Amino acid sequence: MANHHDTHDHHDGAHAHHDEGWFKKYFWSTDHKIIGFQYMFTGMLLALLGAFMAYVFRMQLAFPGQAVPGWGVVSPGQYNMLITNHGSIMIFWVAMPVLIAGFGNYIIPLMIGADDMVFPRLNRLSYQLFFVSVLLLIASLVVQNGGFGGAWTAYPPLSANKDFNLTPLGSSLWLGAVAVEFVAFLLGGINFIVTAMNARAPGMKAFDVPIVVWTIVIASILFMASVGPLVAGAVMLLFDQLLGTSFFNPNRGGDPILWQHLFWFFGHPEVYVVLLPAMGIVAEVMTVFARKKLFAYKTVIYTIVATGVLSFFVWAHHQFVAGIDPRMANVFTVTTVLISIPIAEMCFVYIATLYGGSITLSTPMLWALAFMAEFMLGGVTGIYLGSSGADIFFHDTYFVVAHFHYTFFPIAIIAVMSGITYWFPKMFGRHMNDFWGKVHFWGTIIPFNGIFIPLFVLGAAGEHRRIFDYHSFPHLATPELQSLRIIATVSLVVMLAFQPVFLVNYIVSMFRGPKADKNPWKANTLEWTADSPPPHGNWAELPNCYRGPYEYSVEGRELDYWPQNEKA
Amino acid sequence: MKPIATTRSSMNIATGKLAVWWVLVSEIVIFGGVLGSYIMNRIAHVEWGEQASHTNTWAGAFNTFVLLTSSLFAVLAHQAAEKHDGKKAAQYLYYTCFGGLIFLIVKSFEWAHEIREGFVIQSGGFWGYYYVAAGLHGFHVLAGMLVMLWVADSAKKNQDLHRVENVGLYWHFVDIVWIFLFPLLYIAK
Amino acid sequence: MLERFIPAAASYAGDVDQLVWLITFLVGFWFIAAEVMFFWLIFRFRKKDGVKAQYITGKEKHLKQWINVPHGLVLLFDVFIIIAAIRVWVHIKQTLPPADRTVRVTSQQWAWTFQDPGADDSLDTADDVFTTDELHVENNKTYHFRLESKDVLHSFFIPAFRMKQDAVPGRIYTGWFKPTRLGDYDILCAEICGIGHGVMGAKLVVETADQRATWLAAHAPAVDETATDATATDAASTDATSSDSTSAAAGQQ
Repeated sequence: MANHHDTHDHHDGAHAHHDEGWFKKYFWSTDHKIIGFQYMFTGMLLALLGAFMAYVFRMQLAFPGQAVPGWGVVSPGQYNMLITNHGSIMIFWVAMPVLIAGFGNYIIPLMIGADDMVFPRLNRLSYQLFFVSVLLLIASLVVQNGGFGGAWTAYPPLSANKDFNLTPLGSSLWLGAVAVEFVAFLLGGINFIVTAMNARAPGMKAFDVPIVVWTIVIASILFMASVGPLVAGAVMLLFDQLLGTSFFNPNRGGDPILWQHLFWFFGHPEVYVVLLPAMGIVAEVMTVFARKKLFAYKTVIYTIVATGVLSFFVWAHHQFVAGIDPRMANVFTVTTVLISIPIAEMCFVYIATLYGGSITLSTPMLWALAFMAEFMLGGVTGIYLGSSGADIFFHDTYFVVAHFHYTFFPIAIIAVMSGITYWFPKMFGRHMNDFWGKVHFWGTIIPFNGIFIPLFVLGAAGEHRRIFDYHSFPHLATPELQSLRIIATVSLVVMLAFQPVFLVNYIVSMFRGPKADKNPWKANTLEWTADSPPPHGNWAELPNCYRGPYEYSVEGRELDYWPQNEKA
Repeated sequence: MKPIATTRSSMNIATGKLAVWWVLVSEIVIFGGVLGSYIMNRIAHVEWGEQASHTNTWAGAFNTFVLLTSSLFAVLAHQAAEKHDGKKAAQYLYYTCFGGLIFLIVKSFEWAHEIREGFVIQSGGFWGYYYVAAGLHGFHVLAGMLVMLWVADSAKKNQDLHRVENVGLYWHFVDIVWIFLFPLLYIAK
Repeated sequence: MLERFIPAAASYAGDVDQLVWLITFLVGFWFIAAEVMFFWLIFRFRKKDGVKAQYITGKEKHLKQWINVPHGLVLLFDVFIIIAAIRVWVHIKQTLPPADRTVRVTSQQWAWTFQDPGADDSLDTADDVFTTDELHVENNKTYHFRLESKDVLHSFFIPAFRMKQDAVPGRIYTGWFKPTRLGDYDILCAEICGIGHGVMGAKLVVETADQRATWLAAHAPAVDETATDATATDAASTDATSSDSTSAAAGQQ
């Protein structure tokens, strides 16, 4: 590979020196950093909406039938709409845009030493489509007859037939929003993959690429290879809704279980689509704040790939009791339990990375460590659900809810917080307040466990999901179980009460925080060699790469870090 | 205006071509989902064979021939582009597009005929998949034609000739999908 | 462990509970070991003045053991879990012991209808008893259930039996259970089925042979053979615990 410097001369004149309008700069930009922000801020705004929904239905569960402050009395239809959209929003419109599209856009070109994505206009189109999907989603909530309430899995015939779900407009708009969102991420994903494969800095070999770039790229590949059948399925379901076709209609020769296969063939890899970037962020933060080389870099890559491949063969564990051939359950139990091996291996490697380190408990590091501590509980409880015999009982109980919140919350909130606090100085050229950062950290982590530990217990007691009021079920309406529901709800309210701390810290620091220099954490990766914040084009002269990303505390060097772009 | 990133090629493959291959990966799973669902259901329902017998095999066969021919023109366009003969490449791309146009015209006559006979998308299992699979494919043909016209426009001026090969790759894929659709929807009765 | 929260009332409930114990021991071991190690390392290698971090690539043999040995052990533990899980699964879902009695369970938005075979123990005869939202079964008898749905997906969930099965419209699923403990239990719908999902429950009564005889006598349709349908509907409505649906019941077959 040629070892030369790309220069920017022909490029600068094009856009750096003339004044772009505000609209053009922030809404019509092709700059990967601005598009990353667009995704991130949209995702964060929708996170507020999703959190509000959680607040409303948790209040209903703790105090059934009483008016919820800020909402009123929750009707069963509203309850179903709230849980459905809480789930869809948090996965499709928060975890995906923030983790993959947001961080992916912002950091991939910076970390591989490129001036932008390879297809900037495609990138802009991706966000615009995503924005359309947001509008469709919002519309689906406010139309006549209310929003869709058939759960985020949207199983037909409930989702396909308006006589069953009673929300003709809401269902179709929701489905359309999901489909458009998928197309947006397909465009974005192609961009990420090609950029990371082809636009790396001179000298940067595949195994010199930071883990987080690997994880985002592999997550994009997983997404791309798994979402296709569901895109087709969404079109078919939309036709069932609008035209009266019979793809999933059992009365006319269709098959409702088919949708479940199409959905989960995507839905389970989707878990790893969001998990992998989170693990990537954690790897970056842990190595920097432990001043340690990642323990066995290549092993991590192999476990990422192994997880990705295996994730295509586990989907039917969501359908053990759905009426599929029971012999299939045995196959999927084996694959599902076996996926614990690469994931456990990855956790072991991360833990081993701490050995021999010099650990500073800064705010980003606290979040990264909390991710590991909490995610492990989410991981091991998955074994109960992957074991067919035990899943007969646990399927669709609150045990499942607790389990996947112990994976998704660390992914979509804890790892994201780690990433935001870590890259904040790069993004805005200023530091966030560390004290308030830690207040927010403890105020989030402690109540988080308070919400979901009780839900494990409720699940073990047989409490089934998506019920707006347990009064109809004598064995679930006992005062003991009700008090667990109240503990969970109170914890949620406490956790939400701490979130303004973050929002204020974030916004104030953006404008008033102490100035950050180029490399405040003394990190190795290339983004820290650009200005904070980097200009359009990122570097006046694009960097070259001479070594791997985790050369911390190398023996015989005075400094305990060794940036990738330093020649010797 | 192009970023430097676009001009790099760490993998020694042109960026545009690499992207087209990934687009094809995502397309393969979309069509794979539809066809997989169709095949599984088709095996489970014998009566679909009877429904399928109403499709016009000759029209399907003619369209297969048309698409294969148009793919040949796409190859010729690529060869011309390799020789930096943009004019000729554009010429061949127009021929390719013309093939797509004939394909769509035949298709629309077929559909019009079937709809008149009362076989609409709601008419039962087979017809649902027939219209969705062929419709999705037809949509790809149309999209491919539009992109090709755009590529031909710049190829005429000898600009961005590498795109001729990329759009050709895509067109071959559309062709291959039809080679799967034709026996599954027309021949299996 | 589950028994702390909910009684085990079917022959195979104990198998599920044992499986849950086994998984808890095996994954609990790893969970605790990993968390203890994790927090100990954070404490042990906290930043100290003048102490530089070590340069470890992860290729060092003696250190790599710390990953490789657990890796192998996790695989071994996984094998135990898989074998145990499949054994329980095969027993509950893939075997069908001969039935003493067969009931039909029909789900719809938002009620359960149960068809008891009546005194002659054979389904679809004149003396069948139809009930809505209440199922009576005899202790220590093996039951088959024929599970159907009239509209959307529902799921037949009896926590005390550790038994769950989705009802799919257009399909008939046959499963089994053998009650082993007298008492009243909840039957739940575990698959979201529309706005009434939250009220779609039913009562399960496990009773002795004598109690069942009394119950049958009280609910048996009148001997008038010409009016099976009408009487059946009657029986259903008298028995209905939920005001939802009396049209639900009978006569459909």
